[in-house]
Amino acid sequence: MAPTSCALCQNAKAILKRPKTGQQICKECFFFVFETEVHNTITQAHLFEPGDRVAIGASGGKDSTVLAYVMKTLNERHNYGLELFLLSIDEGITGYRDDSLETVKRNQQQYNMPLKILSYEELYGWTMDAVVAEIGKKNNCTFCGVFRRQALDRGASALQVDHIVTGHNADDIAETVLMNIMRGDIARLGRCTQICTRGEDTIRRSKPFKYAYEKEIVMYAYFKKLDYFSTECIYSPDAYRGHARTFLKDLEAARPSAIIDIIHSGEAFELREDVKATQKQQQTCKRCGYMSSNDLCKACTLLEGLERGMASSVITDRARKKLDAVGPAPDNLRTIPHFRSPRPAVSIQSPSQQS
Amino acid sequence: MSTITVKVEFGGGLELLFGNKRVHSISLPSSVPTDGTIAPSNSETPPPAKSDDPPLPINGPIRDLTNGPGEAKTKPLDVQYLMHYLRTRLLTERPELFMEGDTVRPGILVLINDTDWELEGEGAYEISDGDDIVFISTLHGG
Repeated sequence: MAPTSCALCQNAKAILKRPKTGQQICKECFFFVFETEVHNTITQAHLFEPGDRVAIGASGGKDSTVLAYVMKTLNERHNYGLELFLLSIDEGITGYRDDSLETVKRNQQQYNMPLKILSYEELYGWTMDAVVAEIGKKNNCTFCGVFRRQALDRGASALQVDHIVTGHNADDIAETVLMNIMRGDIARLGRCTQICTRGEDTIRRSKPFKYAYEKEIVMYAYFKKLDYFSTECIYSPDAYRGHARTFLKDLEAARPSAIIDIIHSGEAFELREDVKATQKQQQTCKRCGYMSSNDLCKACTLLEGLERGMASSVITDRARKKLDAVGPAPDNLRTIPHFRSPRPAVSIQSPSQQS
Repeated sequence: MSTITVKVEFGGGLELLFGNKRVHSISLPSSVPTDGTIAPSNSETPPPAKSDDPPLPINGPIRDLTNGPGEAKTKPLDVQYLMHYLRTRLLTERPELFMEGDTVRPGILVLINDTDWELEGEGAYEISDGDDIVFISTLHGG
């Protein structure tokens, strides 16, 4: 086949077919349009204010590595005025997370950003290795997911940032839309396509890669020769998500726009008022103070199950009732620490941090 | 029968299916059977040769194929053949994570000389000596 020239600059040889548009473009134009689309996503959603302290949730994997690189590039190119940090969660998975954290530590040097690592062990008193030893591989992703979400919030509190950005890409979000439809989870279906949500302590959480295809993220990392870690978690991956992912990839192979189309469908759903009314009110956890839709937040519930040796029974609400029926929670249960230090930082200097 | 040497690279976790080795140099005949049969293993670790002659990879399958006097059909070496070759000869575990049907599993990116294979005709691309072919999985953790 004769080499095609770039559809944008009409000059250099095309090296990539964009899944979103079908355009065939060259390497330099690809870097530019990829970065510019992320910039447009950020500015159209007004994600940041000058002086914001922003933590990048960094796992060492492809998405967060590319995110750190692109955030640094855009912050410099467009004078966002952001102070960027890397925030990593150490789940305590030997042979998986310890290796990927080495990648994050290299990223810290390469991108010259401060890094904070917070471990499950430190927060919850349990590593994932210990959780799996207790409950086995079934359902362990539930624990890990709930624990990670809270750990990111608490790590962000410790860093006193205004904002957490994560590497969730268009494929991830389309997958989540499909999963929420299949599970009938109306509340999450409404939330999962939002680019920015507000978590604990009014720390915002955003997904600047919301419209970025996984294919382009991987191609970007490849052509920029970025250093990332790619190994499947050693504890069985989330099987349900795996099916959604395979289904989505098959759809994409037949019609690449499927991913962005599913995100648009998710955005277009509107909840009827009487459906909204049945949703639980947000409150705070009676044990640790984290936001929750029940008396106890998910992390405290799961942790209580682990501590009382009944972990496998606290995945569902019904099982929770069974746990309550056995007797009240002992008094000496662990309270998950909060790191809620007073807002004006003690030692970290940042003139423009308060907004 | 001439031989083509191609550099094959795995990334994004795909190397784990290939003995955890990222880069492989593979020699294949320039003309291969059209029916999907794979030449006998020849390239990476050549059997201790008794002579200096390169092994003749085409021998095996042709002999197996001769149902009658007709000769086996051949085509120039292409990526299609390479994928089947990799799955049959080099892959050490979980073939379903590499290929699905007649092509790579959706979610695996292929680059031919640093160009998206979608611009190069995908499986039909005819391999030249010295080509560099990269397979990257996008399916592993974010």
